[in-house]
Amino acid sequence: MSWTRKILRVDLSKGTCTSEPLNMEWANQYLGQRGLASKYLTEEVDPKCDALGPDNKMIMATGPLTGTMASTGGRYSVICKSPLTGAIACSNSGGFFGAELKFAGWDMIIFEGKSDKPVYLLIQDDKAELRPGDGIWGKSAWETDDILHQTHQDPQLRVACVGRTAEHGCLYAAVMNDKHRAAGRSGVGTVMASKNLKAVAVRGTGGIGNVHDAKAFMAATNDGKAVLAENAVTGQGLPAYGTQVLMNVINGVGALPARNMRDVGFEGAENISAEAMAEPRKSDGKPNLTTNGACFSCTIACGRISTVDPSHFSVKDKPEYQGASGGLEYEAAWALGADTGVDDLDALTYINFLCNEDGMDPITYGATVAAAMEMFEDGTITTKETDGIELKFGSAEAFVAITEQFVTGEGFAADLGMGSKRLCEKYGQPDLSMTVKGQEFPAYDPRGIQGIGLAYATSNRGACHLRGYTIASEVLGIPVKTEMNDTDGKAELVKAFQDATALVDSAGLCVFTTFAWGMDNIAPQIDAACEGDWSVENCLETGERIWNMERLFNEAAGFTADDDKLPKRLLKEVIKHGPTEGQVNRLGEMLPKYYEARGWTADGKIPDETRQRLSL
Amino acid sequence: MNVSIEFYASLMKYLPPGKSRFRREIKVDDGLRLSRLIEQYHISPEEAHLVLVNGLFVCGEDRSERELVEGDVISIWPPVAGG
Ligand code: SF4
Repeated sequence: MSWTRKILRVDLSKGTCTSEPLNMEWANQYLGQRGLASKYLTEEVDPKCDALGPDNKMIMATGPLTGTMASTGGRYSVICKSPLTGAIACSNSGGFFGAELKFAGWDMIIFEGKSDKPVYLLIQDDKAELRPGDGIWGKSAWETDDILHQTHQDPQLRVACVGRTAEHGCLYAAVMNDKHRAAGRSGVGTVMASKNLKAVAVRGTGGIGNVHDAKAFMAATNDGKAVLAENAVTGQGLPAYGTQVLMNVINGVGALPARNMRDVGFEGAENISAEAMAEPRKSDGKPNLTTNGACFSCTIACGRISTVDPSHFSVKDKPEYQGASGGLEYEAAWALGADTGVDDLDALTYINFLCNEDGMDPITYGATVAAAMEMFEDGTITTKETDGIELKFGSAEAFVAITEQFVTGEGFAADLGMGSKRLCEKYGQPDLSMTVKGQEFPAYDPRGIQGIGLAYATSNRGACHLRGYTIASEVLGIPVKTEMNDTDGKAELVKAFQDATALVDSAGLCVFTTFAWGMDNIAPQIDAACEGDWSVENCLETGERIWNMERLFNEAAGFTADDDKLPKRLLKEVIKHGPTEGQVNRLGEMLPKYYEARGWTADGKIPDETRQRLSL
Repeated sequence: MNVSIEFYASLMKYLPPGKSRFRREIKVDDGLRLSRLIEQYHISPEEAHLVLVNGLFVCGEDRSERELVEGDVISIWPPVAGG
């Protein structure tokens, strides 16, 4: 069965930890992790509640394959209502924390209420207790991790925690685990801090002993691993170059946004690309990329471990940042780099370290700084607001300086911590916020690539590439190539990607497996691990059910079809040069077809018959 | 005629010596077909996964028909992905 069938419920207001059985009826309908925890959230939380109030809940959830020998089976997600968007939030993370939680015997932890003083949760197998968090409140995520390891004298302890930005109320704070992995998007860390919960430290010694059909599971996971190893992307490309290999690709096809999406195409792209990370620097003869790294049970190992040149201005005289640490992934490199016009690889790597150390989503952070830079250039924001920093596009020095202030909560931090939507509204320039439902775009310009625009506009957690990664098909030809600038067939493509991803995110697996795996590789692994029918058809229907359930939460929170939209810039301002010259996103051609493909009404509502079909 | 080639990621090893990170200006015969150019650099069809001419994708079947013209920029990637 692979579920432990046990949930830990932590009432922070009362200070209690209680064990309860997992609702197996729901598990059979929603699988685990994203799907199952979202089901609990929709049943237990009023979608209209204040995301930062005690009525919101935060769930840390594993999937049935988390902790198993399935490749990439180490994922967990953090689910709550988002303070950034007001929509449902679900942020997925790798590393080792999720597997450890499962080894301790828990499928998920539901946090409710609010503690009156800072605490952390300590889990040692079936023992769970809240401990005073005085010694760690006010510390960075890295310090918190170190202190908890020292306190408990257990190198195997796994820690998920928030950094200082969450404590300061930054609306896009992440939950960091294992120091360098993040449940990054939508402000799930801000919700954690709002409950006065600083960390969860877990040690499990139980292992996974209850796989439904162990022999079939062994065969299915071995088959899956062979497919990953033989595939050129998952077997060679991702371990060697990481996700960052996309920097030149997306720039090459004319879809790399730059300078707050004012431009498309970034002249400095090659300097911050995977290839640049791998080449020896002129200054010290060493490359930025030190090695690759893997999350629990992963046979792909796409992670980047980087080292900044010790003589680089950003880390000079700061020995604590001169060692190897979590390096740039593509989305972070784009948001921190191309979107701000900065092409200094080591400066961006240092800023990425700071994002990890104090737990903020680098996509939203970079894009918010980019919006501030555009307003600085047009004079809306001046050095009066930025505490003397000349916040110009392309200035690595200014970006480093403002980030160092940001993590300590000084200077312009409170404004930047709001995210670009609230920031641009505050300064009277709402159209300069590059967001959907209040969440910032990742690294693909929807004017150049039509389908991803539809995926952004309809994503249940606001603009996001991981809710329906049509780039795989539209640019990379996986599983089949579709034309970037065509709108035909994109409604169905987006739906297929969204549903399949919802299932993968609910299993405990990493979505990067889908560059090689189809549902016919994934379903047999779930089917062997879990009781019940997990055929390809049922897996796809489960994904669709999860997508619709999330949409219903948002609908009850007050979202309508009016929120399935893109910023004016992407619909009206044409791309000025390059292979995609003259293009805008043609969302209006795709959205009605998308609603139809989903079985929704013309105004984006889910009718009774679709609910019944999906047992919602 | 003159065209430019750009080889990325693991295909960088096929680039002739030169200064720029990815790009080389080369002389080729007038009317050279795209697939011929790829063969000349010993890049297999599997390796030449993503091929752009002036930023526009050219699929596998069209490469043997596609005649290059003066000033074309040909960019080639092996199978890659990210996100
Ligand atoms: S593919 Fe990368 S992100 Fe996914 S589990 Fe493996 S190392 Fe982690």
